[in-house]
Amino acid sequence: MRKIITALAFASLAFPASAETIEQRAAACFACHGEHGQSETENTPSLGAQQAPYALIQLFMFREKLRTFEPMNEMAKSFTDDDLSKLSDFLAKLPKPVPPADAGELTRMQRGQALTQQNRCNSCHNADFSGKENVPRIANQREDYLVKTLGEYKDNSRHGYDGTMADVMGPITKEQIADLAYYIARVR
Amino acid sequence: MRICSSAPRSLLLAGAFLGILTYGATAQQAASPPAAAPAAAPLPPGSALIGRPDNEAAQKLAPVAPPPLAAAPDKLPLAKLKVPAGFNIEVYAAGMANARSMALGDKGTVFVGSRLLDKVYAIVNKDGKRTAKVIASGLYRPNGVAFKDGTLYIAELSKVSKIEKIEDNLDNPPKPVVIYDKLPKDEAHGWKFIAIGPDNKLYVPVGQPGNNVLHDDAHGQIRRINLDGTGAEVVALGVRNTVGFDWNPETKQLYFTDNGRDWMSEDVPEDKLNRVTKVGEDFGAPYCYQGNIPDPEFGWGHSCSEFTPPVGLMGPHAAALGMRFYTGSMFPKSYKNAIIVARHGSWNRSKKFGGDVVVVHLNKDGTVKNIEPLITGFLEDNKYVGRPVDVMQLKDGSLLVSDDWNGAVWRVSYGKQKVAGQ
Repeated sequence: MRKIITALAFASLAFPASAETIEQRAAACFACHGEHGQSETENTPSLGAQQAPYALIQLFMFREKLRTFEPMNEMAKSFTDDDLSKLSDFLAKLPKPVPPADAGELTRMQRGQALTQQNRCNSCHNADFSGKENVPRIANQREDYLVKTLGEYKDNSRHGYDGTMADVMGPITKEQIADLAYYIARVR
Repeated sequence: MRICSSAPRSLLLAGAFLGILTYGATAQQAASPPAAAPAAAPLPPGSALIGRPDNEAAQKLAPVAPPPLAAAPDKLPLAKLKVPAGFNIEVYAAGMANARSMALGDKGTVFVGSRLLDKVYAIVNKDGKRTAKVIASGLYRPNGVAFKDGTLYIAELSKVSKIEKIEDNLDNPPKPVVIYDKLPKDEAHGWKFIAIGPDNKLYVPVGQPGNNVLHDDAHGQIRRINLDGTGAEVVALGVRNTVGFDWNPETKQLYFTDNGRDWMSEDVPEDKLNRVTKVGEDFGAPYCYQGNIPDPEFGWGHSCSEFTPPVGLMGPHAAALGMRFYTGSMFPKSYKNAIIVARHGSWNRSKKFGGDVVVVHLNKDGTVKNIEPLITGFLEDNKYVGRPVDVMQLKDGSLLVSDDWNGAVWRVSYGKQKVAGQ
């Protein structure tokens, strides 16, 4: 799968930094992240209505290789500061991702919801998980991406901009991560 | 001797409810009643959110992250910053994203660490022209810098390294060489301020690995090591998270700022200014905060009288970080041997507090007499337009202040303004 993603990303890297509008340049993002903000690619996040300050931080970290994922590092390396700002503002204006058609298994949804309450995810991410400022929107994010990301924060293989998520994920188990992701991906 | 253990569930609950009660007593706005909290299961032991009530006012609070891009020189909020009559403030250098702790080289180079980036910067003064450049990168949270006898020391999250003869090699600096790495790797309070004491040893803090946790023997302390990395020794215990310290020029005693815990209430505990009078003193975390508040969870079975009290309090959630004694002669006499402290500013408080630089005047016995503002204006309409991190005196007696929000360093001088060479 990784190969496919990489290929896709590189294929759309024809990205002359010159006169294109931000909309034209963002077409390269859509190849993997899906049009209109909703990703249909495994382990790849939806970006719609993402908080602009959070998106800017991530794009910056990809450019500086503070967050490593080769296609994204490659994609961001030629971006100027201004490009990063414009792109994150653009992503924030895309429609937010929608919940999947299946409402989810009731007991798992309840377990996930209880975990979000227990761990106070609404502190920072807001009660509706829409995020604020440097804290990302996570509502209806892809379940596989949520599982991957929470696991990476827990084992600190994804270095956050600051250490907040590593701190929060410390006591949370792998099984709890699965339930949290199941619920947050489907929350309505 | 401390061991990690999980607190009984009943204690956790007691902590949570106490937090709610204290909170309700101080919060002014009519938030929805904290009725939702009992429905949720208690937080896991060690959670960063213990004590946080589940109400609207608390939901508005989250750690504030600075923008990743340094502000352009023409966008810096210089006009908004205020200093007392007779003082001047100017931009010393800009374009250093996430500028944090500072150290001064023998030849006048100013070294600046970063916490959220991988870089250490140098502000180089050449032929009256000042430029900022990256001298080390690929480092992990290189917040701390110190300088002695031509050598730059850099503290990353879990190791300390050095670059010898750095000022002779600013155009092509060699890679840092690790001298000490027997340090925990926790993210929480893992970034470090470092400084070299009058005993010629390098002081390295290890914060508590969380907001409010019963830490093990490797955390919650300040250590000192020889400049070659040998001879590690614990100097102070019960330290939650210090990001600034310096030695009293008269008594040679170590003073350090220490940040209080989150989510106990809006107004307490306050951050502390501590003084080490003998090696191995315990300053109370996590059993006792601000010298007189037993922690609602860990304070049971302890008394604040077991611990060394602070010499002064620095304000609720103020994030008192970098601090240095002022030994110059440029500022008025009352500043001599006073402590200048950068308060980064709160996040865990509805009405933000701090976000300024203050002068702490001491009594003859070394305790705090009063605190006065030196630079204000970083906080506007409850939002930051800048956040001071560290302070450092230049040879002429003027003062530099780093700002991780703008990626800049400010310079404060007194008297008829002589702008430092551009």
